[in-house]
Amino acid sequence: MAAAPALTTPSTAAVGSFTPAAFAEHLASVPALWHERKRSAYARFEALPMPTRTDESWRFSTISGIKLDGYVHDQASTRDAKAAKGAFSLAAEPTLTFVNGRLGTRNALRDSVAAAGVVVCTLTEAAERHPELFRQHFMAQPQKLGSAKFAALHEAFIADGAFVYVPRGVQVEEPIVLIHSAEGPGTAVFPHTLVIAEENSKVTIVDHFLSNDEFGHFACGANDLYAGHGAKITYVAAQSWSMESLSMQFNSTVVRRDARVQSLNLHLGAKQARHESLSQLQAPGGFSEMLALTVATGAREFDQRTLQIHQAPNTKSDLLYKNALLDKARTIFSGLIVVDPDAQKTDAYQSNRNLMLSEDAESNSLPGLEIQANDVRCTHGATSAPIDADQAFYLKSRGIPEKAAHELLVFGFFEDVLSRLENEELHSAIRGLIRRRFGK
Amino acid sequence: MSSLEIKNLHVSTGDKEIVKGVTLTINTGEIHAIMGPNGTGKSTMAKAIAGHPDYTITQGDVLIDGKSILEKESDERAREGIFLAFQYPSEIPGVSIANFLRAALQARMAEGEEIDASGYYKRLYQKMDLLKIDRKFTSRSVNEGFSGGEKKRSEILQMAMLEPKFALMDETDSGLDIDALRIVSDGVNSLRGPNLGILLITHYQRLLSYIVPDHVHVMIDGRIVKSGDKSLALELESRGYDWVKQELATA
Repeated sequence: MAAAPALTTPSTAAVGSFTPAAFAEHLASVPALWHERKRSAYARFEALPMPTRTDESWRFSTISGIKLDGYVHDQASTRDAKAAKGAFSLAAEPTLTFVNGRLGTRNALRDSVAAAGVVVCTLTEAAERHPELFRQHFMAQPQKLGSAKFAALHEAFIADGAFVYVPRGVQVEEPIVLIHSAEGPGTAVFPHTLVIAEENSKVTIVDHFLSNDEFGHFACGANDLYAGHGAKITYVAAQSWSMESLSMQFNSTVVRRDARVQSLNLHLGAKQARHESLSQLQAPGGFSEMLALTVATGAREFDQRTLQIHQAPNTKSDLLYKNALLDKARTIFSGLIVVDPDAQKTDAYQSNRNLMLSEDAESNSLPGLEIQANDVRCTHGATSAPIDADQAFYLKSRGIPEKAAHELLVFGFFEDVLSRLENEELHSAIRGLIRRRFGK
Repeated sequence: MSSLEIKNLHVSTGDKEIVKGVTLTINTGEIHAIMGPNGTGKSTMAKAIAGHPDYTITQGDVLIDGKSILEKESDERAREGIFLAFQYPSEIPGVSIANFLRAALQARMAEGEEIDASGYYKRLYQKMDLLKIDRKFTSRSVNEGFSGGEKKRSEILQMAMLEPKFALMDETDSGLDIDALRIVSDGVNSLRGPNLGILLITHYQRLLSYIVPDHVHVMIDGRIVKSGDKSLALELESRGYDWVKQELATA
């Protein structure tokens, strides 16, 4: 796509730290095969305006928190990459660990998995070795949820990322764990995970985003999931950036015939986080299950925007986003279900539930439907409720202090999302991550 | 031996005074039954002692071994040894019995100490067997979808695991058929001993044929109007509460 001509010279506010000089420097640090698409992405980034409060897709967002100044791109890591182990208690070693956007460590896949043709490599390697797949799937889907500018920034400055390819008919039982870490003051990272599951394959991917220190980072990440005919992808993205960070993440999910994608976004870190998720149900029988759990504390803001597009008949989507809000935290959920005229017998569900643990917390829900077919079942709903006083008293009457009682009730609230994960180990590892979050 | 002293206790909810000066001492090893018609303040008293936020103690005191517990939050009171067996236990979706009890036991441990998981489960299963509770229950959400009898057994299980000094059992027999009543009573009787004092709240005598009290008190209109031994319960059963009320009027 050609960049729209800029009406005015981009101000420094529109590019922040990501100036043309910074871009030139970045470009020199990546292989030439990236250059063309990066130049085009940078032009888009420069040309597109920063969001404003009047933009519908940024309604309720704290725009002043979305700053592009004060960041350092391609920051070298000073630590041993093995330090970025993550807090996930999974038996599987992370296959790839990225530190500040570049590959730190790599663990070989199990022999049987590798022998079946499964590929887990860096995006740079994929662009070299599997150019066709890369071209077809890397950031190939439209940005429809308001962050086209930041997605362009992501593409312009991405240093590297993860590429997962599961060939036709191959089922990988053990989760593939990928770690994306950041360290150093003001470090900007652009993590990316691209997953391609071919016909009748099955794979579980865990992306863990974390900071190795307490500095504020800027994480501007994306992930592309492609589930071919009859494939099944389980995707968990656990966001544990440092509490001073600004996080943006754009998800795109393509679901082909009879395929199923289950994604769970766990939002635990960052000072302000925006997450956009787009599911496209492109062929009959496709099913996208979109789940999210958020623990919002302090004065943090979690801004989630979703779009379920049903492009074919007999497709199904089921979204359940649950937020636990404490202190003065804010959450925003804006979700839209779109049913194309041909997508008869669509079954779409969308639900945002907020558990308010504080009177000073604020949740905003903007559910929406846009239905052009006449034989569909679409439901959506949003609720916001405080902790049940009787339940809280019941727990306290057993000697459980208030804080621990609230924690238990949050787990109870989250359980109907967590219990949808088939993998027991993953379920308990995620519980462990949430527990740590409360321990802080 | 420990003692729970209730001294001239007055309890209000909103502007309404429900308990109007109750004085009663329960020692560990004793079972006291409080009987009385509905709405006379029995449950209110139990909830107020446990620290329920809807009830205000306007006068009087509650002491464990001579020390007032009224300044303490409900969770602290529980850790001091108070246990309230609820008439209507709350359902807590998504929180399993195992995790719930573990959190309650963890709260009783010193900072930095962790529960020994295998010992915990061993003890939990042993108590469950005693109460004829299926072991699969541990992974079920607390009270969610439980029958009346299951809810009450779950209360007794919690009591067995938490080993309180004083159990306030609020209408434990309500919602129970005769089989369930027997199981629950057997459970309570098995916990009976020198280290536990029980306050049994009921308006029927039938529970007291299974859990035989040492003392019986009659509560009417927020006050204890008559006390006696277990024979008083039988007398109430045959003569009804009107007899006490009349006696009260002529006194």
